[in-house]
Amino acid sequence: MRFRQASVLPGFGLAFGYTVFYLGLVVLLPLSALIIKTSSLTFDRFWEVVTAERVMAAYQLTFGASFVAALINLFAGLLVAWVLTRYRFPGKRLVDALVDLPFALPTAVAGIALTTLYAPNGLIGEWLAPLGVQVAFKPLGVVVALTFIGLPFVVRTVQPVLQELEAELEEAAACLGASRWQTFGKVILPTVLPALMTGFTLAFARAIGEYGSVIFIAGNIPLESEIVPLLIIGKLEQYDYAGATAIASVMLLISFGLIFVINLIQWWHGRRHGMRK
Amino acid sequence: MHSLHSSKRSGATDEPAWVRWLLTVAALVFLAFFLLLPLAAVFTEALRKGWDLYWEALKEPEALSAIKLTLIITAIAVPLNLVFGVAASWAIAKFDFKGKSLLITLIDLPFSVSPVVAGLIYVLVFGAQGWLGPWLAEHDIKIIFAVPGMVLATVFVTFPFVARELIPLMEAQGTDEEQAALVLGASGWQTFWKVTLPNIKWGLLYGVILSNARAMGEFGAVSVVSGHIRGLTNTVPLHVEILYNEYNFVAAFACASILALLALVTLAVKTWVEWRSERQMAAEQAVVHDH
Amino acid sequence: MKTRFSVLTALLLAAVSGSALAGNELLNVSYDVMRDFYKDLNPAFIKDYKARTGQELTIQQSHGGSGKQARAVIDGLEADVITMNMPPDIDALYDKAKLIPENWASRLPNNSLPFTSLQVLIVRKGNPKQIKDWSDLVKPGIQVVMPNPKVTGNGRYSYLAAWGYALKQPGGNEQKAREFVGAMLKNVPVLDSGGRAATTTFMQRNIGDVLLTFENEAEMIAREFGRGQFEVVYPSLSVRAEPPVAVVDKVVDKKGTRKQAEEYLKFLWSPAGQEIAAQNYLRPQDPAVLKKYASQFPAVKLFTVDEVFGGWRKAQKTHFDDGGSFDQIYSKK
Repeated sequence: MRFRQASVLPGFGLAFGYTVFYLGLVVLLPLSALIIKTSSLTFDRFWEVVTAERVMAAYQLTFGASFVAALINLFAGLLVAWVLTRYRFPGKRLVDALVDLPFALPTAVAGIALTTLYAPNGLIGEWLAPLGVQVAFKPLGVVVALTFIGLPFVVRTVQPVLQELEAELEEAAACLGASRWQTFGKVILPTVLPALMTGFTLAFARAIGEYGSVIFIAGNIPLESEIVPLLIIGKLEQYDYAGATAIASVMLLISFGLIFVINLIQWWHGRRHGMRK
Repeated sequence: MHSLHSSKRSGATDEPAWVRWLLTVAALVFLAFFLLLPLAAVFTEALRKGWDLYWEALKEPEALSAIKLTLIITAIAVPLNLVFGVAASWAIAKFDFKGKSLLITLIDLPFSVSPVVAGLIYVLVFGAQGWLGPWLAEHDIKIIFAVPGMVLATVFVTFPFVARELIPLMEAQGTDEEQAALVLGASGWQTFWKVTLPNIKWGLLYGVILSNARAMGEFGAVSVVSGHIRGLTNTVPLHVEILYNEYNFVAAFACASILALLALVTLAVKTWVEWRSERQMAAEQAVVHDH
Repeated sequence: MKTRFSVLTALLLAAVSGSALAGNELLNVSYDVMRDFYKDLNPAFIKDYKARTGQELTIQQSHGGSGKQARAVIDGLEADVITMNMPPDIDALYDKAKLIPENWASRLPNNSLPFTSLQVLIVRKGNPKQIKDWSDLVKPGIQVVMPNPKVTGNGRYSYLAAWGYALKQPGGNEQKAREFVGAMLKNVPVLDSGGRAATTTFMQRNIGDVLLTFENEAEMIAREFGRGQFEVVYPSLSVRAEPPVAVVDKVVDKKGTRKQAEEYLKFLWSPAGQEIAAQNYLRPQDPAVLKKYASQFPAVKLFTVDEVFGGWRKAQKTHFDDGGSFDQIYSKK
């Protein structure tokens, strides 16, 4: 099999070449600095740094909370995208614009605003406290912050696909006697699934690295509510650049693996369902 | 051919009223808790001491210079990623080649890199102790702790947006229309401008809106390479943090609210594009009817 | 292609213009909470300097976390002077980049400390939990709010203050001090990433019974949150906070601003500079000024990091570096 399958469309060389060039310059070259800096450590020292008890606990919190937050966004994001593209209600355009808010707001401000709301004396925290639920300064707070910053990803990747979805397909399904629920499951969902998975991947990826919004709401207690980026800063405070890059490299490697697997599943799924190819 | 509005749908492809109502309410409740309340909290804090102090905070020369710098950085970073995004999605969505998933994963990677680390990598490359540091110092070129470094960090954190918006969209559309155009004698560029671009404009728009918002709001990565010189290398998010650390909550949240308001500007842009395309479509239909 | 070229040009222009700093401009790279002080001091110095030399100076300020700011200078931020909240952050300029000589501290009076402060306990109005001293912080049911010692100087000072207190109690030793600080940290529900974030947690979120911070910070809290909201408790013994200053030799020699930078720092020790420090609740070195403001600076028994911990380098290594006492306290093993 050749590297590229034949196609009548032009421009592959230019587009592919530019993509790889720009990717290399902006992303891969600087990231390689991370790996090279890390390699100044001996392997034993590297292993000691990246498997320390607190680092392990932080990996767990960061990846766990990111996954839960991305999962919440998967469902909530699909719902929001659906409602925004399919239904009419007063204030819809305003709501549509608000979806981008988590990006526009500096992460630190988002963190402060969420902490204000979810602290035990906050507007929402006040209601949760009697129920014995504490959000701010606990791992749950991390999930809330990560859900906030990841929301636009799912909504904004699913929305254009839902908009472009041809009504004829649904009409055909309905004519053939499919119930609305069946149409959704068999026609609509498979079409938006790649976009949905993309949104999930991006929300998840973004959550893993997040710092600004989490730091205010997390509590930062070692072994309990300490996220990985804080540990990296702790290393930098000791001017231990190699230690910082070691933890960062491991994070990078794990995220790379996870995202790669999700992308592979998506590609494989696209193949099996023969996306109009 | 593309149905944009529910009004065009027939009863057979619509849900019963109670389902629509339920879904809408569920979506709005979720958004209220995760978007509206935090936004309200920002504005409440910003206006706690009245409009006068709110305007005062925004009129400060340091706030104005921060706003200017933020706009400059965004104006450079977003177009760079726009060109990349279109090129990458064209290569990935319209062609089949080995290692596609790997390439997509590499494009996604900047998202998972902590902003702290995103700044750090540029320090490792361009910093005084970094690879290029001595050479840059010799030639008196400043990358980090100056605008170019802040642009680079912003490009990095907004890197995947446009490409990631376009890839699923282009994949869903396939290559039939482009092939038809080519068979009918259009050149490659013509096909791109007349066939592909109109088809992907929504995804493109969302990609730009997202990059734009994120570029303006980015804090962590830019913070590492900025140097925090007041009135010189502070962007709005950095200015907000400094104000907050000075217990100047009103000014901090006032500046933050400016960034939130930018979301409303993008709304206006999007509405305008929608309106234009609707008019265009109506005009095209009129032409068809005339014949 | 044309647009890409013009973007490149813009980038280059920005790069060049960024480096064009005139000789009468100074950059003071400082830490977060010093803004109010330098906001008062800079105009006074500029006026004084102009009166003496006729030269008009501009002083740029950069504020951020102490360690982060020091790293920026090491990595190429061209600071003429650096004003940090603990000596290790200036030592690093010598250790990592040789920007200054090793003996930088001896070049200015008082080991380059123009003023000092100390760690105090801030409690809620009326002191409902009757917190009087460090020993009250380890009692069950007391919640202590302090910034994270791993990433903030403020947190490190509080940690060392508590450690030194336990060490100096009758029968005190390293083991007991470790247990004491461990018990105190057990009462900490939030370790904020900055001193001011910790204040917000305590004042605005209403979390905790006591906040550990600098004496001069108490005044800033009073200015923003109101004087009746809290009380300052002076413990029986505390650590002296030592915020040092230094001229960055490599930078001033390159920019030709050595004279101005040195004058600027010397001005901190002038009666006017000392007065401005006292007005910002930083304890001045000048005995005359200190006497004038005696009412706002109660006498407190203090120890220094040099006396109790054998110097800052050693303190950093044994307590805050990886595997140090802070990490050990939080280890389950």
